[in-house]
Amino acid sequence: MCTTCGCGHGDTRIEGVAADRSGDVHRHADGTVHAHAHEGEHGHSHTHAGELDHSPDDGASRHGQGGGLWYRRHLHGGSGSEPAAGAMGDLGAAHAAGMSPTRVVTIERDILAKNDEQARINRQMFADRGLFVLNLVSSPGSGKTSLLVRTIAALEGRVPVAVIEGDQQTARDADRIRATGAPAIQINTGKGCHLDAETVGRAFASLPPVQGGLLFIENVGNLVCPAAFDLGEAHKVVILSVTEGEDKPLKYPDMFHAADLLLINKIDLEPHVEFDADAAIDYARRVRPGLPVICLSATTGEGLAAWIEWLLQGAAAARAARDGDIEALRRRISELESEVARHANAPTA
Amino acid sequence: MHEMAIAESMLEIVEATARGNAAVRVSAIWLELGALSHVESHALTFCFDAVARGSLAEGARLEIVTLPGEAWCMPCGERVGLQRRGDPCPRCGSHQLEVVRGDEMRVKEIAIA
Repeated sequence: MCTTCGCGHGDTRIEGVAADRSGDVHRHADGTVHAHAHEGEHGHSHTHAGELDHSPDDGASRHGQGGGLWYRRHLHGGSGSEPAAGAMGDLGAAHAAGMSPTRVVTIERDILAKNDEQARINRQMFADRGLFVLNLVSSPGSGKTSLLVRTIAALEGRVPVAVIEGDQQTARDADRIRATGAPAIQINTGKGCHLDAETVGRAFASLPPVQGGLLFIENVGNLVCPAAFDLGEAHKVVILSVTEGEDKPLKYPDMFHAADLLLINKIDLEPHVEFDADAAIDYARRVRPGLPVICLSATTGEGLAAWIEWLLQGAAAARAARDGDIEALRRRISELESEVARHANAPTA
Repeated sequence: MHEMAIAESMLEIVEATARGNAAVRVSAIWLELGALSHVESHALTFCFDAVARGSLAEGARLEIVTLPGEAWCMPCGERVGLQRRGDPCPRCGSHQLEVVRGDEMRVKEIAIA
């Protein structure tokens, strides 16, 4: 838990039930005692004191983290990505008698690799169900939930729709969605400032099954943190309302860069506010050249038709991709069946 | 403050590798962070210190290597340096840029004992 902003996970709840994170960080005082099982055997009774030359591969002790182990105590030249000169002290101290030798292990692993792997699994799961999945991101108060409510009504049941709602607290948004008749599930991130792929995967598993339609993931209202986390969506859709500053794309470029569609919402209020839509679009395209834009109002319905059309096209494409896969699978099964039949009917010698 | 979640992911990778190598302590961690990545290095250092308490990596020194941002400038037809998203091409001033490098967030290596 961050002592500054209290951000971090551990308080995540899905529909009010604590989300189990059994894979979470384990903490050990010294690494020699831990109760949980690891892949691969390794003992912890040895200290390695003075054992500078044992083979890197002596451990079935490695966890398949990638990257070999080697002793670099003489190798740090201090250039490029090499450790800074300050590292020499520690590493040099490895030679002191009676101390554990310090050694350097190469990892070369993306910090978000685990989230990205779960996002890949989610994406496959969504593809198998022919779902067009959108991750809606914006500041708090841009009108995401009102837009969703209006969108579901405008879709008039032409495609199945489900919603995963993310907020720090309360089930208010999911309740608003459920009032439209669409299934919705609420994730409360507690102190968390964004959704991650694992939480979304578990929330999706708790939704009633939905096929060949739209899944909206309404992220926590935050124009910074959700940018880094792939949830397995087809697209991030960023929403900016005219009651905000038009320079937000320049102030929060990571999110606008990560998005594939910009919705400018509340355009019915444009005459009453100093919002320059052209400038907003120009700024957004500075960080994400060619970013498509739809201006609309969730209140009056102005501009909604273009958004609905975009959604229906995406949903149709996702469905066609799944059906294509199923059709290809059917053809393959039928080929295999005729092969089996041929063998079965072949005269035995 | 998503740096907290990123620090937790980092600790998970570091601890798994350290334990896999029968380490009792992690003294230093080398990270590569792209100039255009989603983290602020001071915030990450702060968060890591907090999450690493009581772990093998408590007190470990973070050595952050910042990798430069690079983009493909369409009008220039070549790679140019990019310090921040939204900046123009330093050669021609265009914003028709496709970021090609600089959003890395990687644990490179750790020093263990």
